[in-house]
Order: sequence, then structure tokens, then C-alpha cells
Amino acid sequence: MAKTIDITLHVWRQKNAKDPGRFVDYEAKGVSTEMSFLEMLDVVNENLIHTGGEPIVFDHDCREGICGACNLVINGRPHGPRDRTTTCQLHMRSFDDGASITIEPVRAEAFPVLQDLMVDRSAFDRVIAAGGFISVATGCSVEANGTPVPKQNADLAMDAAACIGCGACVAACPNASAMLFVAAKISHLALLPQGQPERVTRARAMVNQMDAEGFGTCTNHGECEAACPKGITLENIARMNRDFIKASLLYRRESSGGGGA
Amino acid sequence: MDLNAHIPEGPLEQKWDQHRFDEKLVNPNNKRKYKVIVVGSGLAGASAAASLAELGYEVACFCYQDSPRRAHSIAAQGGINAAKNYHNDGDSVRRLFYDTVKGGDFRSREANVYRLAQISSSIIDQCVAQGVPFAREYGGLLDNRSFGGAQVSRTFYARGQTGQQLLLGAYQALERQIGMGAVQMFTRHEMQELIVVDGVAKGIVTRDMVSGAIESFVADAVCLATGGYGNVFYLATYAKGCNTSAIWRAHQKGACFANPCYTQIHPTCIPVTGDHQSKLTLMSESLRNDGRIWVPLKAGDTRSPEQIPEAERDYYLERKYPSYGNLAPRDIASRAAKQVCDDGRGVGGTGLGVYLDLSEATRRLGLRKIEEKYGNLLEMYDRITGEDPYKVPMRIYPASHYTMGGLWVDYNLMTTIPGLFCMGEANFSDHGANRLGASALMQGLADGYFVLPATISGYLAGIKPGTRIKPDAPEVKAAEEAAQARATRLFAIKGRQTPTEFHRQLGRIMWEHCGMARTEAGLKEALKLIPELRERFYHDLCLPGSGAEVNQTLELAGRVADFLELGELMCLDALERRESCGGHFREEWQTEEGEALRDDEHFCHVAAWEYQGANRPPKRNVEQLTFENVHLATRSYK
Repeated sequence: MAKTIDITLHVWRQKNAKDPGRFVDYEAKGVSTEMSFLEMLDVVNENLIHTGGEPIVFDHDCREGICGACNLVINGRPHGPRDRTTTCQLHMRSFDDGASITIEPVRAEAFPVLQDLMVDRSAFDRVIAAGGFISVATGCSVEANGTPVPKQNADLAMDAAACIGCGACVAACPNASAMLFVAAKISHLALLPQGQPERVTRARAMVNQMDAEGFGTCTNHGECEAACPKGITLENIARMNRDFIKASLLYRRESSGGGGA
Repeated sequence: MDLNAHIPEGPLEQKWDQHRFDEKLVNPNNKRKYKVIVVGSGLAGASAAASLAELGYEVACFCYQDSPRRAHSIAAQGGINAAKNYHNDGDSVRRLFYDTVKGGDFRSREANVYRLAQISSSIIDQCVAQGVPFAREYGGLLDNRSFGGAQVSRTFYARGQTGQQLLLGAYQALERQIGMGAVQMFTRHEMQELIVVDGVAKGIVTRDMVSGAIESFVADAVCLATGGYGNVFYLATYAKGCNTSAIWRAHQKGACFANPCYTQIHPTCIPVTGDHQSKLTLMSESLRNDGRIWVPLKAGDTRSPEQIPEAERDYYLERKYPSYGNLAPRDIASRAAKQVCDDGRGVGGTGLGVYLDLSEATRRLGLRKIEEKYGNLLEMYDRITGEDPYKVPMRIYPASHYTMGGLWVDYNLMTTIPGLFCMGEANFSDHGANRLGASALMQGLADGYFVLPATISGYLAGIKPGTRIKPDAPEVKAAEEAAQARATRLFAIKGRQTPTEFHRQLGRIMWEHCGMARTEAGLKEALKLIPELRERFYHDLCLPGSGAEVNQTLELAGRVADFLELGELMCLDALERRESCGGHFREEWQTEEGEALRDDEHFCHVAAWEYQGANRPPKRNVEQLTFENVHLATRSYK
């Protein structure tokens, strides 16, 4: 049932990328437990605007757990205390009256803070651009049922493809590694027959880009899996490593065969 | 204004083929000399940007999100229609065409809808080739399900995340082109102005949402794929950032706005809990395949659902529409929910809710099957409400979900401004007065992958390559100054109310007077209230900070300012359309049984509104709809 709670927020405030930043405390009184976490922040922000303050900047959009825009680190945990729940789906009924809540941005070299709780995650896009696709131009396709996919593979591919690109895995990892994100995309495509022709080149290109972006290495802590709001499993990392090793063994620069007749 | 839809001559089945043959092509070597701007990176925008770049055009793509992958197409749950007839259940291009025209209550263009049905199969082929992990049967072939408003199984799906998977397919195709340098991507950029030179679209002005910089970009054609305007209701299933500003700016520069009053109120959303509510969440309509919708038979029955025996429950959709039952189209299901709640039979704390009950299906199919089909949806419901839908029937209520209206476009998807194209939900083209389930994804991808890349060549072939305007042209500077002036004006108000407070007030007016049921008196009341609210907005808006930094309140204020104008046009359109059709229900026009009563004699047309300047009434232009291939029937789902 709906009730109200009083809470104290310790929020990271940072004017811009160069500002060193600091925590600022805010009291939030009479918060309905039916509110989502972001709705609670909306109320705090409305009060800040009314009292001449600067509202807290944070990324959010769909507010239904699928776009991956929100990514607050709440009490040290990406997306807060509930398993498999994005920040926007977290509701205040998960907190007690009198609770003290720390809200920080994702902290990773590859995800610089832009302002307050908003970070730049464009590194993820560049990793996809490096090879996270099947090279098929519009119109080149064959009849859809011409490529049967065993149901089990389709289901596993879907499990991996469920990644929302929020970056919780990076936030949770002591090394700020992006292995779970990269492995999810590599697995999704490697599990499907359509993804086979580029399988090894894809793994190599994406892993190289991941390194170039300044993400850390994976040392098997498993924190990423625990933090993932979509339940992406470590199994994907094992699958990616197999493909990457294979790519390293098989890799040789494509010969320049000329452009044909 | 003469609205020429440029529908090709010839039999319906051959129009698209013939048109593609008749269309002028751009020489492959010349394609790179043309630059095309795509605004928006959802299904329509991303698929168009990728496809145009593959063809060889220089493409610049813009989105307000931090990544193109986050566009709100990602939230579409249920599926995508295609006339594959994989189930041998009598489906065909013609049936998909007919269902869509009928579902739209005979207010869409035959030629457009037929083309959409023709293209539907190629979309599935394309997406499978990209690696979209559609649901499969044990034999490895694609699975289908049926969906609201259809009696065949033609909906392809990827669990309850079809939009996500289709968007990621388009996003990956787009990123591939970005990686190759063929598309320049501008994230966290919001369009502020359309640059028009001698009546022709030549570029856009944007605001960099991180630095606050106002920048302009010139091109040979501009394509808007900026989605729908349903956030005019404040509470909606849209993402918080969805807005009308891009198409509204285009409207102010001369693009006609068609059928703004055609909005879709989706029947299965999670009900409102309180004033703090910032958005509403959809529960996929696919749940209606297995869920039964009911309310208590008696008004004021406050017993918990398990205490209400079968005999005292009213499965009102099954009762009123025996042949479609719980699968009745969205507009009909929404209105029926409103009616039972108005009768005092609504459930939940606010009385604005009905039950969606999976218990019978769980008994029939087993818990595992239900979990496999709907697991992620049910988990989401649990997250939001704190109730376990495997044990207690879900509560649902209608909410603003989609807008069928949008910028008027011809068969080539070009607006009434030459060089300005519009795709996906942002245009008005294919759904008439009501959209069927799983047809939005189909239209967005049809426009982006197949229609626009084919039709834009006809336009570009008529422009001499290398004649693009210079970035320092006076029209460009003027557009930049207009964008700047708009923000300066908002900052100068220094009032007391936040943009959200104004948005909420507008939402209440729109929901009450221009929502599921509309009346002449209510619409006239809204047409009085909205200008008053707008007046208060420009005298009492409170805007912190400055424009030269991240300022999410400024972003919101700009969007609300445009909604305050669009809302008025919606009410005006609803007032002038003196009939009921699809999502537009005027209480004065209903049958004895309470169903929508069309007036084909006077309103079998598209209303395309032409902007006449601030504080001047817009002009209502008409495009007559002619039906040569279907018989104008009264929609019946009984």
C-alpha cells in the first residue's frame, strides 16, 4: 500500500567535465513509496527550480527499463538495490523511512562525466561501429524462412541480444571492463547462422576497439553479471574469448585481391 | 493549397512497381554529391540513414538521445506484421491491406496501405538477414502470433521486445555506415529550426545539448523521422523526451499537419497511482491473446478479485464483441474500458482500471508457457506495481500511446515543403483514424528501408549536384537567430512555474476534452483553456541556468511551448471533424449501441492544416479519399 517516507540524498554534483565535483545533500520529505526513483528525483528537481537552485542532471528517457539511458549508481550499486531492475524501474518501496541514499554517476575512464550524473557512453557506439553487425545492405536478403535457426540457438541469441547498453556492467567492474557488453553482442551474432561469415573478424575488431576506448581488462570478478538489469550471463564472455583466441590464431590481413572485372 | 498525393496511375497491385520504374534515378557516381539530413534515429530514421548511406548518399543523422540505439521504437513490445502467410491461414497482401484500411476506419489512402502490405514481407527478410533474433518454432522456422484487430497469425516477434530487436538491427546497420564514414552521427542534438530557401527545405538548425551551441547544417534534402506527439497528454507511454518540436517547426514553415486529432489511446497500460506520476507503461497487447478482461458486474463492488465469483464478473469485451472478444481493436477496447469505469465498475484504488486476468490461460497452458511468452512483461508489471501478476489479475487502463496524425506527405513521403520528407509515426500516411497492433514497426521500417530510399532519388535527380546553399547564406543565419531568440524569450520570462507544471496542466485539458471521447462543448472549452494556459506560460515560466550548458529544463520548456500550440490544433481538428471514426470519437456521432458513426458523405477526407502565422487561425485543406478497391463498410467486430 502507498505510504510516505523521508529520506536524505547525497548526490554527486559536477558542473562540467573539468570541475572536480563534490557531494551535496538534499532532504526529500513525504516521498510516496509508489513513486519510481526517477520520479522522486523529479520532485527534488522541481523543488530546486522553485527555490532558485540548479536541478540535478541525469540521463533518462523511456522510463520503462528498455532504452538503457538511465544508469545511476545508487548506494554504490549500479541501478540500486533490486536485482534485474533498471534505475527507472526501481520504486521507492525498496527504501525505508529515514534512509540515506548516495547517488553517483558511473565512474570509468571510458565514460567521462559530462555534468552531475550524466556521462558520455559513446564508446559503446564506437565498439558496435567497429564490427557489431552483420554486413548486409538493404535489399540483399533471402526469404526469411530460408535460414532456419534451431530454437535453442535463437533463444540464446535473444538472451544475449537483450542487452540495453546502459553500462551497469562497466560501472560494477573493479577494472571498468566492458567485456559483458561486448561479449553480449558478439554472442548474439555468433549464435546465428547469419553471423558466421564475419564471426572471427567481428570478435577481433570489437575487442580491439574496446581496448582502444580505455576500458579495463576482465579478471573474472563476475560483478558485471550481478549488476546487469537484463540478466546477461558470464557465459557470453567465455564464448567471446573462444572466438577472440580463434581470431588471433587465424588472423591474417586480407589479401588485396583487386576489384574484379 | 492543392494537395496532390501523386498516387501513381494503374491497378492497385502495380502502382508501386510502376512508380519505381517511372522514378528518375541518380547516377551512382553522383550520389555522393548529394547530402541528406535525417532527423531521428528510431526505426524509420535509423533504417533510412543506413539505407541511404548504403546507396552512396552523404548522410548526416541527428538524435536527442546519447545514442541512436535509445530512440523510443526500442520500447515497442508486441511485434511486427507481415503478410507471409506462414500459417496457411488465409493471409495475403490483400488481406493485410484490407485489415489495415478497415482497422483505420476507412480514413487512409488505399495506395499507401497496399504498398505497405506489399513491402511487409521484405522487411522480415531484411531483419532476419541482419540477425534479429525473432522467436522460432522447434523446427527452426519463424513463429507468429495473432494480434488485436486481426484473425490471422501474421505477427513476428522477439519475446516482448520486438521493437528493441528491430531497432538494434537498424542501429547496427547505421553504426556500420558510421564506422565506414558514410554517415555522420550527431547525438545529443535537438532540431530547433528548419532552413527553407525559396520555399524548399535546405537544412536544419540544432542545439548541442551538452555545450548549448546553436549550429546549422545544410543539405539537399531533409527527412524528419521524429516520432509521434502523444506526450501532448503529459501522461503517455512515450519516452519522456518524445516531442513534437521538429514537425511543429516544419509546420510553421509551411508543411501541412494532417489529422492531428487522430490519436491512439492504448487499452492495456498500467493505471495511474498518483500526482507524482511521470509516465505510463504499456503492457503489450499480446497479453490480450491469453488474458481475459473483466470488471465486477455490480458497480461499487470493492471485493478483491479472487473473492468475486465467475457469475458476478463481466467479461465485457467477450460479451459485446463475441467474434473478436478480447482481441477487439485498440480504439474499441479503450472506449469499452472507459465506459465500464464511467459506470462505476472500475477497479483499483482510483476506480480507473479493469482486470486483465491470465488465470484461465495459466490453467490451460501451464505456468511455464505463460512465463516463456510473457515473462519479461509480467516482471515489468511486478516492478512497477509491487504485485505478482502470476497470482493477482493485472490492472490496466487506457493511455496515450500513438498518434496517427502527423505531417501530410504524398506517395513519395514528401511534405508540402519540397525537399522535406517525413517518415514513420511523424507522418500521417498509413493508419487512417486508428492503427492496428504490430503495424507501427512495419510502417517505420517500410518507410526507412524501402520507400524513402526509392522515392528520394526522384526528387534529388531534379536538383543539379553541387548547388547546395552555402553555410553562411542569409536564410541560414536567420534560422539560427530564430532558434536563439526562442530560447532568449523563455529565459527572459523569469516567472514561478516550471515547464513540467505547465505540461501537466495541458495534459489534463487534453485528456479531459480531446481524449477517448470528445464533444463539441468540451472541445470549445479546451480551445478557450489552451490559449489561456499558453498566455500564462509566457508570463510565468521559471527557467533556471543558461542556454550555454546542459540544461534539461530548457529542453523541456521548448518542447512544452510547442505542445501548447499543437494541443490547440488537435482540438480544432477534432471540433471540425463532425463524425466519429477510429480513435476520434465524438459523442454526438454514435450508433444506438455506442459505436463510432462515420459520416462518409462529408468527412471521407484527410484534413491537412496549413499554418497562417501566430495568432491567426490555420487553414483547413482537404484531400479527398477515394476507395476503388474496398467497400466502405461499417466496422464491425461483433
